[in-house]
This record gives sequence, C-alpha cells and structure tokens, in this order.
Amino acid sequence: MLEACQIDFAFTAQPPLLKSVSMGVNAGEWVGLSGDSGAGKSTLGQLLAGYYLPHSGRVVVDGEKLPSRGIKPVQWLPQSPELAVNPRWRVSRVLNEAWMPPDALCRAFGIKPDWLNRLPGSLSGGELQRICVLRALAPGVRYLIADEISTMLDPITQVELWQALKAEAQTRRLGVLVISHDTALIKRLCSRHYHLKRGQLEDC
Amino acid sequence: MLRIEQLTLELPYYPRWWQRRFATHLDQLSFSAAAGSLHAVVGASGAGKSLLAHTIMGLLPANARLSGQCFYQETLLDAKRQRHLRGRHMALIPQSLNALDPLVRTQRQVSWAANRSGLAHKAAWQAAGQALNHYQLDDRAGRAYPHELSGGMARRVLTAMAHAGQASLIIADEPTVGLDPVQRDRVLSALRSLAHQGKLVILITHDLRHALPIADHVTIMHQGRSVETAPASAFTGMGETLKSAYAQTLWQALPDNAFSASEIIHKKEESVA
Amino acid sequence: MRTIQPHLQAIAYASIAALALLALLSSHWWAGELAGQMQFDARLLPPSTAHWLGTDALGRELWARTLAGLGLSFWVGCLAALLGTAIALSLAILAMLSPRLDALVQLLIDTLLSVPHLILLLLIAFALGGGLHAVIIAVATTHWPSLARVLRAELLQLRQAPYIGISRALGKSQGFIVLHHFLPHALPHCLVGALLLFPHAILHEAALTFLGVGLSPSQPAIGILLADAMRYLSGGYWWLGVFPGLGLLLMVLSIERTATLLRRALSP
Repeated sequence: MLEACQIDFAFTAQPPLLKSVSMGVNAGEWVGLSGDSGAGKSTLGQLLAGYYLPHSGRVVVDGEKLPSRGIKPVQWLPQSPELAVNPRWRVSRVLNEAWMPPDALCRAFGIKPDWLNRLPGSLSGGELQRICVLRALAPGVRYLIADEISTMLDPITQVELWQALKAEAQTRRLGVLVISHDTALIKRLCSRHYHLKRGQLEDC
Repeated sequence: MLRIEQLTLELPYYPRWWQRRFATHLDQLSFSAAAGSLHAVVGASGAGKSLLAHTIMGLLPANARLSGQCFYQETLLDAKRQRHLRGRHMALIPQSLNALDPLVRTQRQVSWAANRSGLAHKAAWQAAGQALNHYQLDDRAGRAYPHELSGGMARRVLTAMAHAGQASLIIADEPTVGLDPVQRDRVLSALRSLAHQGKLVILITHDLRHALPIADHVTIMHQGRSVETAPASAFTGMGETLKSAYAQTLWQALPDNAFSASEIIHKKEESVA
Repeated sequence: MRTIQPHLQAIAYASIAALALLALLSSHWWAGELAGQMQFDARLLPPSTAHWLGTDALGRELWARTLAGLGLSFWVGCLAALLGTAIALSLAILAMLSPRLDALVQLLIDTLLSVPHLILLLLIAFALGGGLHAVIIAVATTHWPSLARVLRAELLQLRQAPYIGISRALGKSQGFIVLHHFLPHALPHCLVGALLLFPHAILHEAALTFLGVGLSPSQPAIGILLADAMRYLSGGYWWLGVFPGLGLLLMVLSIERTATLLRRALSP
C-alpha cells in the first residue's frame, strides 16, 4: 500500500499548501484525485513519488520508506510528455532508460518500431505520452502517479492509452493514482476518489 | 462567410542537410462556415489544426506549398487581401501566451488591436477598456504586465484583443489548453458571446467534449483531412447520425460515453496505409 | 519567391571558411620564410604588382607577414578559447553538484568580472614572463567567467526540467545524469561559446603583443605588425597598418558569423 501519513507541505516563503493530508492507494487499486488548480494536486503526487520531502509526516510504500537511491517503487508521470524526455535523445534511448520493455508490451501500448530511431520532437504528444508511460513501468515499480497525463490528448488516443495501462496494471497489480480535474474520467477509471480542497482531502 | 475548398498544404523538411522533401500537412481540406456561428475544428495533435489557422491568416512560412482556395465573404482570399484584412477583419487568438509583448501593459496592447482596426487613438483606448471589462478584467489587470497575469487571464486578454479589434472572423487556436475548468468555461463562453454578436468564430481544439456545448457546427480533422462536418447536435446518443466511422469513434471514446475506441477505425486506417 | 535555402547558405559559408582556414594554417610553410626575409633595396614600398601589399621598414613582404601573423593568431585563439571553455564547463558542472560549491563558483565569477579585463590580462601575462604560453594562459584565465555564467544558468534551468527528476526516480546516479543529460545539453553551448571566445582571444593576443608583454618582436604576430605600423603611420605609410588590421577584422568577423550560424543550426 502507498500511504501518505499526516503530510504537511509548503513551498519556501509561501503559505502552507497541504495540511496534514493522509491518504492511501492499495496494490492493484485505481484511485482518483481531483481539485481546483493550485490546490496542490501535483505537489501531493510529487511528494508521494519522492520528488519533495514533506515538512512533517511520512510517505510509506508497502511498510517502508521511499528509497533514496535506485529505482523508486512510485513513479510520477507529468502532464506534458514533451518536457519529460530529453529532446536530444533518440526515442529508443528514452524508452530504455530504466528497462527494455518486451515487444509485446510495446505493441500493446501502440508504439510503432519506426518511432524508435527518431527524436522526440518529431513525435506527437500522444505518441510521446505512451513512451513515457511505458518507460515508467520498469520492474520494481509498484505504484504510478498519473498527473493529468491525458489532458492534452484527443479522445481516441486517451482511451487507447488508458486501456493499455489498465491491462498492464491488472496483470502486475499496480496501484494507480489518477490526478485529473475531469471527474467523468475519474469515475470511469477509479473505484474511489479524493478531492483536494484548501490543502485538505475529502472523500467522494 | 468563410469557405475553404480543397486546401492542400505541404511544408518542406530536411531529412539530411542537403535533401529537401515535402510533407503533406493539410490534405484537400474543405468546409464552410456562416457569420454568427461558432465553428469548431476538432482533431488530434498533429492533425494540422494550427496550420489551418495560419493558412487562413496568411502566416505560413515562405517555403510552404499551397493549393486550393479560401473565400472570405465570397471573395478569394489571396496574400494581398490577407494582409489587408489581418487585424482589421480577421483576428487570430494564438495558442502561445508568449504572443503578448512582455514589456507592454495589458490595456495598451489591447488598444493597439483596436487601433489597427481603424479607431483613433483615444477611442481605441476606451474600446480597449470596454473589451477588458467585458471579459471581467478590471483596471488592475489592465495595468498589469503579461507576466503578472494567470494563464486564464492572459487568454482572456488575447480574446479581448480580438474583441476590441472588431474583427468579424475570429480564429481561436487551442484557447483552453492548460486552463482549469473555471477558467476554461470563462474563455469558451467569451467565444460564444462573440458568435452571438454576429461574428464568425473558428474554434480549433482537441477537446471535443467542451467544444460541443458552445459550437454550432463541428469539423472533424484526421491526418490533415476533413473527415466530416456535422452540426453539434449530431453528437448525441450513440452518434448514429454521424456519417464517418472516425467521428463516431471519437464521440464514443469520450469518458461520458462508451470510453472505448471500437476496432473499425483501426482496420480502416491499416487498409489505407 | 526564390530564396537561397538556409542550409545551403550554411554549407557555402562553411566551405569558404574551411578554405580560408586551410590557407591560414599552411601559411607557416609557404609564407613563413618570406615573412622574415629582409630586402634592403625594397624598404617601405607601397602596394604594387611586385609587392602585393607593400613592404615594411626592413623590406619584408607585408602580405607574407600578415598571413603568417594571422596563422599564429589563429593558433593562439584556438588554444586560449579551448582552455577557457574547459575551465568554464568544469566550473559550471561543479556548481551543479552542491549549493555551497555553487556559491563559491559564483563568487569567483563575480570577482573576475568586476576586475577590468585588460588590467588582469596584463598582470597575468607579465607575471608569467611574456611569450606564447603566457599569452594563451592569460587570455584563457580571464575569458571564462562570462561563458561560465551562461553555462551555469543553462544547467540550472535544465536541473528543473521534469526529465532530470524522472531520470533520478528511475534510479540513475548523479554521475550518469551529469554525463548523459547535462553534458550533451551543455556541449553545443560550449562550442558556440568557444567560437565566440575565439575572436576575443585573438584581439587580446594582439593587444597584449601591441603593449609589449606578449609575443617576442621577432615573431610575425598581428599585434607586432600593428605596433610597428604605429611608428610609421605619421609618415604616410598607411599600408603597414591597414592590411594587417583588415585581415584581423575579416578573420574575427567570419568566425563570429560562423558561430551565429552554428548556434542557429544547433538550437532545436
């Protein structure tokens, strides 16, 4: 289980963003997180993935602290795939940064072999986002934080991405936190749903 | 008021330093739209939507290859006429917020747009103030520099520029990207109100769901082609009244509907390829 | 409308530059001897068909001396620019590693930038006793701060990029990130920085030599030629100053132009 226990967080010289937030995502569970812009959804997601350290409280993954070295069991997927890949690396190198996904999985995510030798700038947002999602599914990863990953995509690409991820998450019992302000999407994907409001979580 | 016929656009690219090839970005695109309506152009990223906007405005790079015709008010839109109409009768709300001059206060920039459309200096300033007010931007926002504005405010400033310019054709290129739901709805209703005033608004977006409630007609684009132009009311139920399989799939893929991409479209695509 | 394609323009430019470079670099062999050869019956002659750019007070051919001088300047410029860029890059990467190191690097940059260029240059060259190596070291050690500042800002910005954080989350070490993310990002900036540093280095080499703490007067450096020309300028021997000066100007401008083209080509 991925847990946040009583997390407080604020950026330097700014009012507190998260006030004793507690939440959990079970293995194999899909949980939604919505909230107004600026409410700290992304920050909470990044805290869970170890990008920031909480001022007080802890993030616990399956009973242990997040490791400071090595591959993190919780991976954060940001909204814009263009910023999430090194523009100078070829797509194959980006995809294989942490592991070599098997061909069958590449096909399941709709990744075409001829993309691999190109530079990220020549792929569309939807194509790049598939690469980013697959890159994060390395062995040892047990939880995903999907931070608005389908906001910039057209409906068909969006559905294809979620379906591929859903299938893979099911076979590996991945826990997924879906951050989005699209409640219809969250209802489709998740069994449970938190709403972040003024730094505190509400169950929906 | 705007009619586009068989528009084909090719842009050069350089696979090697010395080689030059052309890639097709728009492929025999056709549609027409009437004044006083809001016409949405919907497609995936890379479908050539932004290039359509640039083609209509005449903002393409010099090395572009273009065939087909655009008619504005039943007269051919050529480079000379585009230059004349741009900013006076046709306005573009660009996708990038960097389009605002970072060193100029908001109201001044909006008044430039009004000035371009023929208003004298003082009248332009007043029109700018009114346009800003119309989009719920107060005096403080008028005195602000672009970096002091939030994303939604900056979008509304850009919309206000199109409004103050009194253009009769307004093209909005992805005006809702990166906005939260409240801001997005504000920008969209601002566009809708422009159409109510008898202008033609072309809304270019990938977000079919939020375009539908405010649009009169929707053109679905796929890989540079116009797959279908349908009234917004056709997007209902299972989408039976839609003619093309692609449009149906797009409609079905929305989270509120089936949230699935049926296989038909893929088989079709493969057979084309 | 027909315009020359930008990439063809760049290729044409590069080939012209390469030709000029070849001529300069080989000038040592075919003009070096001539540059030192004195002809006492042909002193201070204006440009003519026999003496293309005229001769100097000792009857030496000015065209040979100008070419040889430019060749020498080119080497000095190359070495100084490379050395300066290497210093700038290593300090910029050092600054990435910890906030304390960053503060130190910044202090160093600010200190060096606050001292007037030429004075520092003179002091270092003087302390090292003049000569070729002194000029190169002096120019390199005084010219890195502005490039280091640019590189540091560039890398700081890159550190905020999501893909750096993701790389770390995927278990990559600091060393991997520096080597595979930071360095490839910094290298094009370095290349352009070095090319922009180059004309500076040449000009300052000439200035140092002109002021007498650079190369020895026996070497046909541009600075020496110009210093020489100063003495004869009032006598109306204009060619002594004009041709070496023009050569220097052309070289500096063409390198600057190449750097600009390169920067445009390399930015994605």
